[in-house]
Parts: sequence; structure tokens; C-alpha cells
Amino acid sequence: MIRCSVLTREVDGNVTREAPEAPDFFVDLNLDQIVDGIAAGKQEYNLKPFFHAPLRDVDAIRYRQEVMRDLEDRGLAEKVDAFAKNMRVMRQHLALAEKMYYKYQKERWFLDAVAIYCDAVQRLARDLADPAVKSRGILVFREYAAGYVASEGFSSLFAQTRKLLADLSSVRYCTLVNGARVRVRRYESEIDYSADVEKTFEKFKQGSVKDYLVAFRNGNDMNHVEAQVLDCVARLYPEIFQDLDEYCIRNGGYLDETIAAFDREVQFYLSYLDFIAVLRNAGLQFCYPAVSDTSKEIFTVEGFDLALARKLAIEGSSVVCNDFSLNEKERIIIVSGPNQGGKTTFSRAFGQMHHLASLGCPVQAREAQLFLPDRMFTHFEKEEDIRNLRGKLEDDLVRIHRILNQATSRSIIIMNEIFNSTTLKDAIFLGKKVMETIIRRDLICVCVTFIDELSSMSEKTVSMVSTVDPVNTAVRTFKIIRKPADGLAYAISIAEKYRLTSDSLRERIPS
Amino acid sequence: MKAFLLYRDQDFDLQRNLPSNEQALTQDLELQTLFTAMGLEDKTLLEVARKVVLSTLNDVDAIRYRQDILKDCLKNAAVVREMYNLTVESIEKEKKHYLGIFSNYPSTILHRSVDVLQMFVGQLKSLRGVADEHAHEFQSEGFTRLFAMLQAELSEEYFADIQQHLRELAFRGGVLTSAALGKGNKANILVLRKPNDRQGLVQRIFAKRSPSCSFYISERDEAGAKALAELRDRGVNLVANALAQSTDHILSFFQMLRTELAFYVGCLNLSERLAVKGEPTCFPEPSGPQDRRLAYRGLYDVCLTLSMEPRAVGNDANADGKDLMIITGANQGGKSTLLRAMGLAQLMMQSGMFVPAESFRSNVCNALFTHYKREEDTTMKSGKLDEELRRMSEIVDNLVPNSILLFNESFAATNEREGSEIARQIVGALSEKGIKVFYVTHLHDFAHSFFLKKMEKAIFLRAERKDGGARSFKILEGEPLETSFGEDLYTKIFGNGS
Repeated sequence: MIRCSVLTREVDGNVTREAPEAPDFFVDLNLDQIVDGIAAGKQEYNLKPFFHAPLRDVDAIRYRQEVMRDLEDRGLAEKVDAFAKNMRVMRQHLALAEKMYYKYQKERWFLDAVAIYCDAVQRLARDLADPAVKSRGILVFREYAAGYVASEGFSSLFAQTRKLLADLSSVRYCTLVNGARVRVRRYESEIDYSADVEKTFEKFKQGSVKDYLVAFRNGNDMNHVEAQVLDCVARLYPEIFQDLDEYCIRNGGYLDETIAAFDREVQFYLSYLDFIAVLRNAGLQFCYPAVSDTSKEIFTVEGFDLALARKLAIEGSSVVCNDFSLNEKERIIIVSGPNQGGKTTFSRAFGQMHHLASLGCPVQAREAQLFLPDRMFTHFEKEEDIRNLRGKLEDDLVRIHRILNQATSRSIIIMNEIFNSTTLKDAIFLGKKVMETIIRRDLICVCVTFIDELSSMSEKTVSMVSTVDPVNTAVRTFKIIRKPADGLAYAISIAEKYRLTSDSLRERIPS
Repeated sequence: MKAFLLYRDQDFDLQRNLPSNEQALTQDLELQTLFTAMGLEDKTLLEVARKVVLSTLNDVDAIRYRQDILKDCLKNAAVVREMYNLTVESIEKEKKHYLGIFSNYPSTILHRSVDVLQMFVGQLKSLRGVADEHAHEFQSEGFTRLFAMLQAELSEEYFADIQQHLRELAFRGGVLTSAALGKGNKANILVLRKPNDRQGLVQRIFAKRSPSCSFYISERDEAGAKALAELRDRGVNLVANALAQSTDHILSFFQMLRTELAFYVGCLNLSERLAVKGEPTCFPEPSGPQDRRLAYRGLYDVCLTLSMEPRAVGNDANADGKDLMIITGANQGGKSTLLRAMGLAQLMMQSGMFVPAESFRSNVCNALFTHYKREEDTTMKSGKLDEELRRMSEIVDNLVPNSILLFNESFAATNEREGSEIARQIVGALSEKGIKVFYVTHLHDFAHSFFLKKMEKAIFLRAERKDGGARSFKILEGEPLETSFGEDLYTKIFGNGS
């Protein structure tokens, strides 16, 4: 049984720390890409389920934020990382012990695995005794680890391991291969013959020459001749090898469950910090959001789409940040404006930040105050699915209906380009209908749309618009700002780009 | 073991970097002709000649060291050629022991090395024989040292020692290897051991028989036989490497000896060729780079004589104390030939060779540069003068104190006044900096203005023109004249009165 966890408080008991399936909104918000990036190269920890399971309690979030803050200290993170590396090597050794064929070979891989484990745990217990550690999560584990290392069971395991390793490393033997016979005996200080030969010809040495050493395949497996030689060695050193046999039988279940759980769970933090380090180096800010499950007044300063920013940072391009706020009665952000102006990106960032905050992670903004929803829903435009016989419009409506049925007043809804597939008149009608429900339920919502009419429906709606460069209107700034919706800027900029403004056309058309 | 025939205290590195202007030197001084005469059919001779001549010495003592060795060689040509052939033969024979696709097996490497070593022992014995027989006929410091070393290092006892190793390397008593327990208890830190019981009868009798454990691999066990071979090979790996590297070391000894002898054999080839033609050669007298000396009698262009039937015309001059030599005069009067002869003689002297003259003395220079008028280069986008100035600038980048610079018709790509002004500015600065300049030119304005300065350090030579326009190809001291006798050339080609 696991005695303590760095992911959940003791009072949480058996609260679900992980969910095998990703929430429905994952793909729409590109959270799948983010989590792929976080978990990349760490498959052995199976980290994704941690990122699928948002917390529902504000203090549980704080519990994780504390641990994450502790691990932001590079010194501590490096120490935990060193532990993780050792544990990984230990697992590789165990896998080899499992795979190997000959007894003394298996036993030695097992012994080395235990040796690595002992060192790793001792070092970790020492390393965690750092006065800078403040988080409840690490403090409780630290206490556990200290007790474990001091326990009689562990001390004895450690002592046995050391002695056996020293004994084995003292073994020196000689093999004499003559025809089909192999004779094995202890080494008796015979001189190094290669060195003797080298000395004879030393006088001709002119400089460096080619290396003629043949690189033998040094796999971990043994052939039966090597195994027989090893058996002979065991007979020449019977006490040592008998000790080895007994050691393996006695210590099969050496691995402590709580230590092993820590090894995996702490990777939730380290992998996330690793992931965002690239962006921090590129000058982007992350913050620990204030999270509330009561106040729907929320804001972020300089937020951005984490998935996109990661791509841009790798390319070396710069990332555009945006702010938003919902004050007092405001609940709904209606985003309109030029295409490719960053509207969808804005809506994704909004959703990502809420999800990451609910995991206890720092979010991609200079400052953030966010809501802890009971659920989050997204409705993004989907490719038409030929397997389903409904038309696209109908499909849209079915999905929205399902969402509105499940949503409570504590849910968040993110809608992107709804009702694109119908006439403007229909779209305005349907859009208003859906919006009325959302307004009535007091939901927090982001809605990306070309329907300007939605932006001024109620005191709960806020209009935000993607903008263009005031000088060259064909250039997008990717800035989304609070301002009344107006479809004109986009039309003019595109006209200028194709030299189709009335002035341009007057010049171009010959008279 | 070192040959030290090219330097008193260091090897000659055939891979050394040549001066950055080696291409220009080779082209301008027609060095390829010289190298070919030295190398004949032997590519090594040619390559060594090229590398040695182009990496000149600037230490008088070092030059004399080579001169002495070369004098020994000229006296004992047959012995030197015999030694050279011995090195060539050793290298050729080694190549015949082809390692090929089995180079992945230590036992194969070991066998080959044993064979090669047997062959080398024979060659080394022959080399030692030459030393025994002829050492007394050589006087130079270099050869005396080499022969003494061969006699000391390649003693009978040493050869016996090698034979003992070659016997033991057959491993008639099996391969003994020590090991420790590594990863997964696999054998680790393998070291081939010399069995103790070979070390002496007494020890063998009193040695306590230590406990051992053995097993046999059955004849039908093919995988076992393979594993056994690998076990043996792992043991032999280090010694096979040591032995193969040792044979490589002996091979590189022969290669080094060949390289260093090659230069002198090249000199012998050249000397014999010139002797047949009756051309004189002499050992030059070098002096330090600070000195300003140049005096020659019967100096001729060795490359010209190598590529034509009649003997070349020799020139005499004394330019001791001079920094600047301006050569003017008739077209095709031998100006360029003399300039090249001086450049060649300088290079040959500074590589320790004899020079093509009855007598020659000069101060050594720290670097030799040539700036010759070039044919129009079609790939070049910039103009000809532009190209010349760019090349000049590169030379200036590489100039060191006490360099020698040979100009041939430089900066004539523009009109005479401009060309003269450029040449004046450049040469003026060079001679202020003590760079020794030889300048063949038609730029009368330039040449004449320096003549008028009456500089003590300057000397003016002029291609001789006999009455009636015939050339003697003699270049004598003389003031620059207004015309370069282009009219003569015109007349010769277009004929009189046309």
C-alpha cells in the first residue's frame, strides 16, 4: 500500500489521481499535443493519465502548486532527477535479470539492480533534507523516506549488497584455451604479455598508428562456453557464489511501494517543468493562478496558446500574448474579426489555462485568476462524418444540445465557428437561441463567431476582436482586444492586398 | 629510431603544410620541371622533392647539414641508392601481405603480423649489413649518426629476442588470459598473460599445483567451437594489436627512411642529368637572413636547360649589399629567365641542394614570393589590374621580415604612368622595410625614377642587345633605357621592310 503521495493529500484518500481516457475537449484545445510533448520520452512512467484528471478541490490544487513551486528550485529538481535516472537504470537491470538465461548471470544483474536502488534511495533521503522544502507533499514523503532508510530492513539489505559486491570484484581468474580444452584457475600474477611485446618493438615507434583492436560484440548475453567458464569460477570461489544464491532468494521483494510511487508521481511535476522551460527561456511567463470555485470574475495577463507557442519557440519565432478579463456580471467572450487573426488560438488558450490550472500546474500567463469548473465543454468545427447520416448543421445542433444538457452553472463552454454551414439568417437565429440558454444558465463561455450580433446581446457578453496592423491592414497582429465588433477592417485589408479598393481599381482600369 | 637525414633533430613530415603561395611559386618558377627531373618515374621521389624544396630552410647551419650529407651521397651514389631500394622493397613486400576481409579476427591479424615481422627482420638485417660494410666511407654528421644508430639498435641479441617472441606467439601451450567479473558476471578486463611456468625450471618444479577446473568442447558442438574461437580471439586481441602496431611502426621507420633518402636520391638524379649535359653545379654559400648578399658566376636557369637541347646561358653579377634589383632591357633578352634562375637557385640553396652555377652566394630569406603577370583569367570578373593588386595584397598579408619578392612585369596592365606610380609606391615601401626585391619591368618611368635616386642599395641590370638586334641572353649591369626594343621583335616576326 502506498503510504503517501506527492499528487494528492492524505484526506483525499482514494480520489482518482489518473484517468486512462482523455477528456472530450482534449483534441479541440490541442491539449493532446501539449500532453504528448510533456510525456515525450517518458513512456515508462505512463504520465498521460495524470494530465487527464482535473482536480475538483481548490486546496488539492494548492497542494500540487506547493510541490511544483518546491521543484522549481533547480537544485532540488536536479536531485530528484538524479534519483529518477538511477531508478531507471535499476529497472533496466531488473529487466535484464529477467531476460538472461544463466543463473549466475541473472543473479548478478539482480544484485546490481539492488545496489543501484540502495544508493539511489539513500541519496534521495539525504538530498530531500533541504530546509528550502516547504510543500506538504514533499515534506510528508521526506519523513517517510528518512524512516525507511533508517529501518533495520533497509540497513541489512544495504550491508549484504555491499559485501557481496566487494567479494565479487575481488575475483581474478585465468582461462587457458588449448585446443578443445578450457582450463580455469585463479590468477597467479602472470605478466602482461602484450605489454612485453610492445616493449620489444618500442624503438621503432614513430607516432600514432592504426588501431588493430577488434571490437567484439559486447552484448549482455552469454554463450554456453562463457557460462561454463563462469561455472568453473563459481567452483573456484564457492563461498562467494553461495552467498549470491542466498541473497537473491532472500531479497526478491526489496522494492518499496511508496518509494516506487514517488518515482513515478514526481515525474508529473518534473516533466511539466521541463516542458515549459523551453518557453521560459524564450522569455514567456508562467504563473501560479489564483483558482476559485465560487467567483466567476476571471482574468489573465499575457496569456498564449501553449501548443502553438511551443512550436514557435522551437522555430525561433516570437509568440503573441493576449489578455482577457470577465468582471462583475460578465460571463461570455464573443470573439470576432479577420480570419487567421488568432481567434481560435485565443479560445484554445482560454481552455488550456483552465484545464492546466485544475491540474495544479502553473499556466501560460504573467498573471491569472481562473475558475475551477465542474466540467469543461468544447464545440469546435468538425469535418463532416460520412458515417453519420445527419447533415452538418444538424450535427452541430445535436452536439450543442448534448453539451447544454450536461452543463451546469459551474461549467465552462468554448465554441468555435458554430453554424458556419447555414445561411447568415439561420446562423443568427440559432446563435442567439444557444446564447440565450448560456446567458440564462450563467455559464462562463468563449464563443468565436462571425455573427457580430451575438456580441451585444446582454450585459454578460464582452466583445473582443482580432486586429490588423493600422498601417498595413493586410498584416495580422494576432492581438485580440476588447472592442465592439465591426467586420469592415478585414474586408478593406484584403481588398488592398489584391489592389481592389476603389482607388486602386480607378488606377488599374484604363480609361 | 630516427633517420634525421633532413634535419639534425627532427623528422621530415611529408604531410606538412606548404607555404600558402606554393602554387604561385611552382607555376612562376616552373618547379614542376625540376621535380620531374629529380623524381623520374618514382612518385615518392617527386613528392618528396616537391615538399622539401617548397619548405625551405632559413637556418644556415641546417643548410650546411644537408649539404654535407648530399656531398656524401654524390661520393657514394651506389650505396645510397642501395639503401633507398632496400626501403622501397620493404614497403612493397609489406603491401603484399594483404589483410583484407579477415581483418575482423585477431588471430588473422596476429598471423599476418608474424609473417610481416619475419620479412622485416630480414630487411633490417640487410640494412644493418650496409651499415657494417660502408659506414667508414661516409663523413657527414648525418650519415655517421645513422649508421651508428643502426649498428647499436639492430644488434644480434635484439634479432634473437624478436625470434623468441615469434616462436611464443604461435601459442603452442594454449592462450592464457586473465579476467575479472564484469557486468552480469561476464568476463571483463581481459589481459593476455605469459604463463609463469615458462619463466624457469626451478619455479616449475616447486610451484604448488593450484586448484583448477576444466571442460572440453565436443567435436560436434559447432556453436561451442565458435564460442571457443571467440574466447581465444578475445585473449589474443591485445597482443595482435600490439604486434600489428609494432609492424606498422617498423613500416613507418622504413617509410621515414625512404622519405629522407628520397630527397638525396632525387638530387643524385638531377646531378647526373646535368653532368651528362656538361652543365656546372656548385654548393652555394648561404649567409644569414640579415645579410644582404648576392653574387653569382655562370648562373643559369636549371629548368630551361632541362627542357631544351643546347646549354643554357650563364650570367654573372655581384649584388652584395643590395636590396633592390631592377632588370630592364630587350624583349626575349633573358630577363625572365634570369629572374627565374635566381629564384630557383635561392630555393635550391635553401633546401640544401647544389645550385646551377659555377659559384653562388646569397643570404637566406625567410620567405620567397613571386608576383608575375598572369594570363587573362576568363573566370575572373574583375579587371586584370584589380586581380594583380588583389594578389599583391595577399602577398603583403603573408610577408615576414627578410623576405624576397620577385616581380615579373607586374602592374603593367594599365598605362605606363599609372603602372609606374603603383609600382613605385609598392617597391618604395618594400625596400624601406628591408624586403629584398627583384623586379623585371618594362615600366621605364618606374625603373628610371629609381635609377635617378642613386640608391646605394639598388642595382640595375639590363638585357644585352648587340648591334643589329641579336640577343646574347646576357644580363649585365646597366641603366634602364627608354625603349625595350619592341621594334626588333616586330621586325623579326614581320620581316624587314614589310
